[in-house]
Amino acid sequence: MDEILQVKDLDVSFKTYNGETNVLRGVNFSVQKGGTLAIVGESGSGKSVSAKTIMQLLPKQNSIVNNGEVLFEGENLLTYNEREMRKVRGSDISMVFQDPMTSLNPTMSIGKQIMEGLLEHQNLSKKQAYDTAVGLIDLVGISNPESRMKEYPHQFSGGMRQRIVVAMAIACKPRILIADEPTTALDVTIQAQILDLMKDLQNQLDTSIIIITHDLGVVANMAQRVAVMYAGRVVEIGTVDELFYESKHPYTWGLLSSMPKLHEDEREPLVPIVGSPPDLEQPIQGCPFAPRCPYAMKVCHSHMPEDFSVSDTHASACWLLDERAPEVKAPVGTEVNANE
Amino acid sequence: MGKYILKRFGYMLTALFVIVTLTFLLMQLLPGTPYGNVDELTDNQIELLDKRYGLDQPVAVQYVKYLGNLLQGDLGVSFTYTGRSVNTIIAERIGPSALIGMQGLIFGTFVGLILGIVSALRHNTFLDYGSVVIAVLGMSIPAFVFAALMQYYIGVQWKLLPPALWEGYANTIMPSIALSVTVMATVARFIRSEMLEVLGQDYVITARAKGISQFNVTVKHVIRNALIPVLTMLAPLTVSLLTGTLVIEKIFAVPGIGEQFTMSIMVNDYSVIMGITIFYSFLFVSIIFIVDLLYGLLDPRIRLDGGKRE
Amino acid sequence: MSEHRDHISEDMFTPDPIVGKEETQVSDTPQLSFWKDAWIRLRRNKGAVISIVLLLFITIMAFVGPMMNEYTYKDQQIAHSHLPPKVVGLEWIGFDGTDKNGVDVYKEKGIEDVYWFGTDQFGRDIWTRVWEGTKISLYIAFLAAALDLIIGVVYGGISAFYGGRVDNVMQRIIEVLVGIPNLILIVLFILILEPGILSITLALVITGWVNMARVVRGELLQLKGQEFVLASRTLGSSDFKLITKHLLPNALGSIIVTLMFTIPTAIFFEAFLSFIGLGLQPPLASLGVLIEDGYRTMQLLPYKMIYPAIVISVIMICFNVLADGLRDALDPKMRK
Repeated sequence: MDEILQVKDLDVSFKTYNGETNVLRGVNFSVQKGGTLAIVGESGSGKSVSAKTIMQLLPKQNSIVNNGEVLFEGENLLTYNEREMRKVRGSDISMVFQDPMTSLNPTMSIGKQIMEGLLEHQNLSKKQAYDTAVGLIDLVGISNPESRMKEYPHQFSGGMRQRIVVAMAIACKPRILIADEPTTALDVTIQAQILDLMKDLQNQLDTSIIIITHDLGVVANMAQRVAVMYAGRVVEIGTVDELFYESKHPYTWGLLSSMPKLHEDEREPLVPIVGSPPDLEQPIQGCPFAPRCPYAMKVCHSHMPEDFSVSDTHASACWLLDERAPEVKAPVGTEVNANE
Repeated sequence: MGKYILKRFGYMLTALFVIVTLTFLLMQLLPGTPYGNVDELTDNQIELLDKRYGLDQPVAVQYVKYLGNLLQGDLGVSFTYTGRSVNTIIAERIGPSALIGMQGLIFGTFVGLILGIVSALRHNTFLDYGSVVIAVLGMSIPAFVFAALMQYYIGVQWKLLPPALWEGYANTIMPSIALSVTVMATVARFIRSEMLEVLGQDYVITARAKGISQFNVTVKHVIRNALIPVLTMLAPLTVSLLTGTLVIEKIFAVPGIGEQFTMSIMVNDYSVIMGITIFYSFLFVSIIFIVDLLYGLLDPRIRLDGGKRE
Repeated sequence: MSEHRDHISEDMFTPDPIVGKEETQVSDTPQLSFWKDAWIRLRRNKGAVISIVLLLFITIMAFVGPMMNEYTYKDQQIAHSHLPPKVVGLEWIGFDGTDKNGVDVYKEKGIEDVYWFGTDQFGRDIWTRVWEGTKISLYIAFLAAALDLIIGVVYGGISAFYGGRVDNVMQRIIEVLVGIPNLILIVLFILILEPGILSITLALVITGWVNMARVVRGELLQLKGQEFVLASRTLGSSDFKLITKHLLPNALGSIIVTLMFTIPTAIFFEAFLSFIGLGLQPPLASLGVLIEDGYRTMQLLPYKMIYPAIVISVIMICFNVLADGLRDALDPKMRK
């Protein structure tokens, strides 16, 4: 297969002063070569933790990987030690963080910060690294790259800083770029610019992207495939079309109907998802979404649903897909489809 | 940047002026006379002495005179040691104070930095708890208690070091260590919390996500950013050193400024008290000024914009 | 995979939604109030708990201690001077009334009375004097802290709340004040006021309040910009209500922590003043005075200095540990 990254059965816990919190409960997804996977879900659903587990950036003292594999080109990254992992970070897989205001070191010039990764991974002289960094600043669309090399983060606007962060991330032409809510902290107009920038770079460098977001607009704009996370699990995964128009999971339905749409009857109110996510400190029996699910059945409260395969690319963890379950008509998707 | 320096310099001068004025006024309120043997003096003699020291003139005139002399670096003459200027007294006594002060500062800062950094990097391990306990003890046990105990055991009981006086380098060791304790504890606690805060910053994760080794991240990103605020500790540290020298010089009989100050307090030697007060304040205010400048140099946010730090 | 699924019986697949049926059952994790949460966290901190217990013990002893034997802190009995500590029943851990040379001073002088911590050169009971001294030291520290609190909160509060030019002027004053070494100012004030409980306290307050004022101002400025304050303002709350209902309660955590650090500082400065000869006048004694007195004869009679030194160190350690614990417990940034 041309899958560059596969995450299998990832199970991660955090130690808190109340005991352990099981934040990832068997996460499965994969990323195609050159493709873009979006991970969506509410805050606390485990999106960022998944990304940081791939990079092994979780603080070691209070996080435990209980189970699972992260296969990067067939190699399990979770078996790598710190030294081996360092060669992967920033070079094969790199990351863009949410808040450009805090993700740059305030006391180091941006030139140095970009060069740092280059010098670490590629056998470049200082001069070569400098030239590459200048090229990168230019590439991400910032004018006067030479003079800006010497400047410090506080001299840049938020959007500019995020461009720098992207430049840093792509410096070593990584195979995978993980973007953890890269546009959440930015103005709407800047958001589009950053997303376009990432798409351009993806085309130029043939990088795969994992974009973490809770903005379905970003998903539609960027991704080919989507994984929906809820309470530390991927509850549904599929192509953008499959998820937007043929979703089989009530949680995804909920997400879709709580999102405003441009061409829809304005009188129709947005539908929020009732309730709040489960407390991950407690063990969860059955489907974690069952308490909030209007279609819940008895089985949902007692048994965790497995992934039901809908098509080659589409899987959904919901008991409604069992042949014994009653027929339920999705409240979203098909109608939208008919409208278009 | 120029504006920033000017502003800081302005504060420095204002603070000094306030201190000088305040000291002068307070001295006027002091009970008693500055002459040690007042009972033996006739009224006539006191009058003569007053005249000689200019104390017969109105307070305002004395004040202006004092300010004028001060601008020329003249702190006046001692009442107790006839004929000796305060400048000479300070000059004679600054050596020992500066020596034990610097040794204490350097040693304390060095040990404090190590304790604090290790503590933060090994957060919530026994190393961390150990350094935290040492720091709390250092903060809590008054320096003079520590110094007295050290003198009693190391100096008197075990005879490892000379217990007091000023006869050679060995005499500087115990006073310096006694002074360094507070410095060490303050620095250790401060750097630990700064480091922990920086370690939690996004840019540290960014650096690690670039594949930079833990060591390089610590040295280039964490320690640098954690050390800059430590500079601001220099001013309070100076105060604690000054406070420390007063008692520690007394305990170890170090012929320094602190010992002179406590002695002058005992005998009501106005001009020396004032002189040392102003000297201390000048030192302190200059250090604050220098710290502000260094801060400006080290933190690009201030260096380039002259802006305010948060 | 499907084999596992087959274990589930057909009737499990009947709809059974919770949503809409019992609204209350959805999402009701118990919410701890901020103070309750902080209290739980503080209780978890063993050092802080031990500190509270020790401080309570010392405070109680400061009142009860002097009454536990028949001696008073000022009665002199020259015949009983320089007696080493002696406790009937505790001879085996050193309280045996012998001096450094192993001579039983009590027997030598033919004294029947027992002094637990020994006596000083005037034959005053050190036990009683230590606890009297603790009482005075604590009194000075608490009074100074209370005055710091009042002045600091008022000054910082006005500065932050009115902002603009008022704030500007008030901050300039503070900038100048922090430029003055506090120790010098304290010493000068004591010189003028003559050492006494009140004058020492006032001297400590003269410089002490600045720190509190800065903390309060910083905290309030931060809060002022937050939305709940704006909201309350939009709803027409009076300034007074805004300050007392919204600003101060939220700044309380930092204020308490600052206060907790003020107390040991005050205790230290009081002892420091005593040590350089600016302490209380006899027969009154604070811990600092006792330490100073004991220090002079430490080589011959170490017990005179040891007990007050231990008490002051324990007080300082406990307050510092407690303050640290409170800071951790009250710091919202550390809430999970």
